[in-house]
Amino acid sequence: MTIQLKTLNEILHNLDEKKHWGTKEYFINMGPQHPSSHGVLRFVLKLEGEIIKEIIPILGYIHRGIEKIGESVSYRNFVHLTDRCDYFSSIINNWAVSRTIEQALNMETNDRIETIRTIFAEIQRIQSHTMWWGVFGMDLGAFTPFFYGFRDREFLTSIVEETCGSRLTMNYIQPGGVLYDIKSNFIKRIKQYIKYLRPRIEEYERLISDNVIVQKRTENIGILTKEKALSFGSTGPVLRASGVPLDLRKNDSYGVYDKVKFSVVIGTKGDSWDRYWIRIEEMRQSLNIIEQLVDNIPAGKHMVTKYTTKIKLPVGYYQSSIETARGILGIFVASNGMENPYRIHMRSPNYNNLWSITDMAVGLKISDLVTIVSTLDLIIPDVDR
Amino acid sequence: MENLNSLTTNNQAVILTNLEKILNWARANSLWPLTFGTSCCAIEMMMATGSAHYDLSRFGAEVVRVSPRQADVLIVAGTIVKRMAKPLKMLFNQMMDPKYVIATGSCTISGGPFIYNSYTTIRGVDKLIPVDVYVPGCPPRPEALFWGILVLQKMILQNSLFKNKKTRYRPVLAALPEGICIEEIHNEMKNILKSKKYL
Amino acid sequence: MIISILKDAIYLKYGDFVLEKSEISLVKEVIIKQSKFLEFMQLVKDDKDLKFDILLDHTAVDYINENVFHLVYHLYSSIYNHQVIILVEVPRDKPVISTLCSIWRIAEWQEREVFDLFGILYNNHPDLRRIFLEDDWVGFPLRKNYKDNFMLEK
Repeated sequence: MTIQLKTLNEILHNLDEKKHWGTKEYFINMGPQHPSSHGVLRFVLKLEGEIIKEIIPILGYIHRGIEKIGESVSYRNFVHLTDRCDYFSSIINNWAVSRTIEQALNMETNDRIETIRTIFAEIQRIQSHTMWWGVFGMDLGAFTPFFYGFRDREFLTSIVEETCGSRLTMNYIQPGGVLYDIKSNFIKRIKQYIKYLRPRIEEYERLISDNVIVQKRTENIGILTKEKALSFGSTGPVLRASGVPLDLRKNDSYGVYDKVKFSVVIGTKGDSWDRYWIRIEEMRQSLNIIEQLVDNIPAGKHMVTKYTTKIKLPVGYYQSSIETARGILGIFVASNGMENPYRIHMRSPNYNNLWSITDMAVGLKISDLVTIVSTLDLIIPDVDR
Repeated sequence: MENLNSLTTNNQAVILTNLEKILNWARANSLWPLTFGTSCCAIEMMMATGSAHYDLSRFGAEVVRVSPRQADVLIVAGTIVKRMAKPLKMLFNQMMDPKYVIATGSCTISGGPFIYNSYTTIRGVDKLIPVDVYVPGCPPRPEALFWGILVLQKMILQNSLFKNKKTRYRPVLAALPEGICIEEIHNEMKNILKSKKYL
Repeated sequence: MIISILKDAIYLKYGDFVLEKSEISLVKEVIIKQSKFLEFMQLVKDDKDLKFDILLDHTAVDYINENVFHLVYHLYSSIYNHQVIILVEVPRDKPVISTLCSIWRIAEWQEREVFDLFGILYNNHPDLRRIFLEDDWVGFPLRKNYKDNFMLEK
């Protein structure tokens, strides 16, 4: 029986042991407050010169205990807590909880609800990827993509705000339907936006993807092979860049994804360039999906049950998953028949994607570390929950 | 400051004022915020300061600095938990006087949606550092953050250099439109809630 | 594969590992005995019909009235696109189980989270320490009998 408990201080003291002639290994701290927009992530790096020998990520600077709070609120109230975790795809997070409850209670929703949900999920995906593209440029040192990414996201927020009522934390998809019906000029504005964004993506490719500096900084940096990616539990664009065609929209279809035509984008090598290029291509695929759906939204009710009915799940375990813009989000519920869940757990995609960096970035320089963290596309409140 | 026209003599312009007003005018119109955002409110703060739709540079607060030694105002955006309390105090102590704090979002005012049954959330950032302006919202719109910065500018213009340096003035309430008082707003809200038209 | 066929396949091949059969066919869980747990996981990963190569999730549920922890493992196969949930029961006063780090590398971080919040110990884990809370935190927050003066109860 070999159980050894350690503390963080012990590990940091042990890092400093080796002292020899020549260069001495030292460690620096990339602290919780830094000029990027991922959030509060802290790294302790063990360096020799500028080459990284070991990375220790330290979490917990935004750990709010959402799973413990979930044991004292009802199921409907838990939906509004989920969209504060991964706030760039908050409508998709709401869908994960709604899908679990609807599968558990055998609730059938009609076609109009599923079409509206799919359209909004793809809108959130485009919003998340344009924002990621802006931040990626800023991390590499270019400030122009930051403005372009924010501007494109802002057009979509005002379209979504007209229907959902909020800009960032929507609380829109509920178990049993959607909260509000879509407004009358939603379809016209979405079509205008699709016509606006398509030539812009070509312009952005000329700006960043054809740039020699970006290509040299991302090719063959941070290679994640297929076996390692599967063993590290990565999902989403990180896994698809390594060559595994896992996309829950095709493998385990929900919504109306089985009725539209789109392709799953896969990379070959698993380096940072693949992870960058996949997301640009996914934006185009999302535009195709919206274009196929937006003209034929069927008629019907927007909510199948009344909003004020209480939800009680029968005793047992329930689980389901959704593909967000960053990976697979899973919700696991253990219920004992009461109004509040007995135990509710969120399998967050960013928590499982982050750990592969301890293997990917060893032997590279600090500026490569910034590139790799930026292509992994992390949101730290989702890591810590 | 005195009117310019009344002071020109022989085509030379002279402005008479006192030192306090010049310093307050300069400080209010050139606030340099520090990038400090932990969770969702940080995105709305970035939208306000760095985006293409909302222009903060007309108020002079566009230059966002990364190091606390170079910044004036600390805009706290996002939930503060116990583990983050110590870095936040270190940042606040590193800033140079005169410094101001704006608390945006409901998580920093009182703990937000994470009050009950959370074992780490600190219920309100004014338990750690002194706050000047509170901006409510979850998350607050960029226009609400502009309101907060304008209120802070009004507060700074009322500041006094040499008398009572240690007292902090209470925040200035935003002025209601003319002819409306707060009881009217309360009654209107009660009627809307009773009629249930918002459902 | 439809979930009832998958569960029947597991019962057929690995019948002596299974503790009890779950009667409800919609739920995709299989309950395993604690002593043969590591062997079962290695077999299930390499089996050519099942091929579970991703460990998606690992968590725990605290049943204080029955004095057990239920440990939950969610496995997914990217080749055949099926998934299953494995449950193991661990007694509450001696919560020790063997680690899965040698089979799936992500188990290291997932087990650290469960140790941090529930206090379950893992045999042969390379780096078992707290991840979200500080090192000198007393207690395990997600247990049902956790008392704290700082927390505001509803």
